[in-house]
Amino acid sequence: MTGQADFTQALLDPKQAVPEGLVDPQGRPAPKRFDVYRNNVAVSLTDALETAFPVIHKLLGDDFFRAMAGVYLRAHPPSSALMMYYGAAMPAFLRSFEPVSHLPYLADVARLEIAIREAYHSADSTPIAPETLGALAPNDLMQARFTLAPALRIVTSDWPIHALWQFNMAGGPKPQMQAQDVMVARPEFDPVQTVLPVGAAMFVTALGQDEPLGTAFERVTQTHSDFDLSATLGCLLGASVLTSLTIGPPT
Amino acid sequence: MLDASSPFDRLPNKPGVGYKPQHFAEIMEDPGPVAWLEIHAENYMGAGGRPLAQMRALAERFAISVHGVGLSIGGEGRLDPEHLARLKHLIGWLKPASFSEHLAWSTHDSHFLNDLLPLPYTAATLARVCDHIDEVQEVVGRQMLLENPSTYLAFSESDMLEVDFLSEIATRTGCGLLFDVNNVFVSATNQQTDPLSYIDAFPLDKVGEIHLGGHDEDEDDHGATLLIDSHGKPVVDPVWALYDHTIARGGAKPTLIEWDNDVPEWPVLAAEAARAETALAQLAQ
Ligand SMILES: [Fe+2]
Repeated sequence: MTGQADFTQALLDPKQAVPEGLVDPQGRPAPKRFDVYRNNVAVSLTDALETAFPVIHKLLGDDFFRAMAGVYLRAHPPSSALMMYYGAAMPAFLRSFEPVSHLPYLADVARLEIAIREAYHSADSTPIAPETLGALAPNDLMQARFTLAPALRIVTSDWPIHALWQFNMAGGPKPQMQAQDVMVARPEFDPVQTVLPVGAAMFVTALGQDEPLGTAFERVTQTHSDFDLSATLGCLLGASVLTSLTIGPPT
Repeated sequence: MLDASSPFDRLPNKPGVGYKPQHFAEIMEDPGPVAWLEIHAENYMGAGGRPLAQMRALAERFAISVHGVGLSIGGEGRLDPEHLARLKHLIGWLKPASFSEHLAWSTHDSHFLNDLLPLPYTAATLARVCDHIDEVQEVVGRQMLLENPSTYLAFSESDMLEVDFLSEIATRTGCGLLFDVNNVFVSATNQQTDPLSYIDAFPLDKVGEIHLGGHDEDEDDHGATLLIDSHGKPVVDPVWALYDHTIARGGAKPTLIEWDNDVPEWPVLAAEAARAETALAQLAQ
């Protein structure tokens, strides 16, 4: 009997012996035949990671990336058949993978790439019209609470992650050292990135937790006195992330 | 979510292709000989966005076949209830003309291995696979087709022929079969058996769909030819010949060109479909 537990272990570990009872047409042991399955697993998962993390792939180069993917896929085999979400442990893996310890921004770039993929597959939503906010009396605006688009993701970082993405994927200018908080949203079908002004990440997170706009604003200005409310609202409206609004306390 | 229900309740006995998003505009513009489309279920299990929007548009014009690659019907453990629920949701939404999966396993202990792994053909595996198919058909609420695999090795414990194994599954569970002619050729070459006798023994009356695809060539430890089911090339002439034999014996069937890796430009894929169309037309004369 060749059990699937042994089969799985040997698939993921090329140093393990091929399980007994797997044979060629003459009944002889068939290591090269077993290697077809080993290869299928490793190559298909490596390809999936390359698709998921194009910037990490570019930053590290093909040979290094594929070798690293081999380590990753054995430590973190997929836990579901939805390959479009494979690689969720990549940021943590990059933080602890010694050979890339000199590239401390990689983990945050991977977080951005995960946010982009999640946004791509998120549920559709319809934004409120931009003029809705301008039409509110100031008091009502301060009491407004919002639902946010399911595609919305906020990735905060001490590194220029959007500039790194832009430089590697879209021929943008050479990244300058600066912290960047990035909002990923999906106005239609393609995820769009917006570099957020200071404090905006905290503000959007508070709105996402159903805080009224005024409360979120006060919270942010306690730590960021230069927080620019109208610029931030402009970003949110521009990226179609506000999908409904209610005024007054929760019902 | 908008309802994408397709007006097609069965696949036509015509060529179809594995759908790739990069071909969307060309298919909508002029599908040529392509009458239906097959999708990998797992790629449409997201919550929204372009994949589902494209499918909504395509399902209005084409019969759709949902082909699962991740259910692990041959797995030793129980079927993943979450995955089964996702499948039920997709099928309920899309109401496809056909739903199929593989005689294989791909998940062990919640690790998904992303490959179609082989099974020993024994009474114990047979019972397990039948239980899983019963469960799938029950949960999803419709008949499924089960596809014959490409295999690269054999299990010394096997005591049934693959063709008998599949026939028995269809009899016990009432599922239909998906007959992949390239898999027949790949497995027969790798197992050094005769593909024609496999086709002649196969219950073609239970076949609801045929697959044709390309493969790669390698060799085993002893220098014997080892074919790899890669879906990255045109269908080879010997497989077309086996296809002709299959439809001559079993009649016209919905026939899919499966091309998943190194996906070509649309005209190349459409030309493969045209070749299947010609073979089906000759049969009708
Ligand atoms: Fe197939």
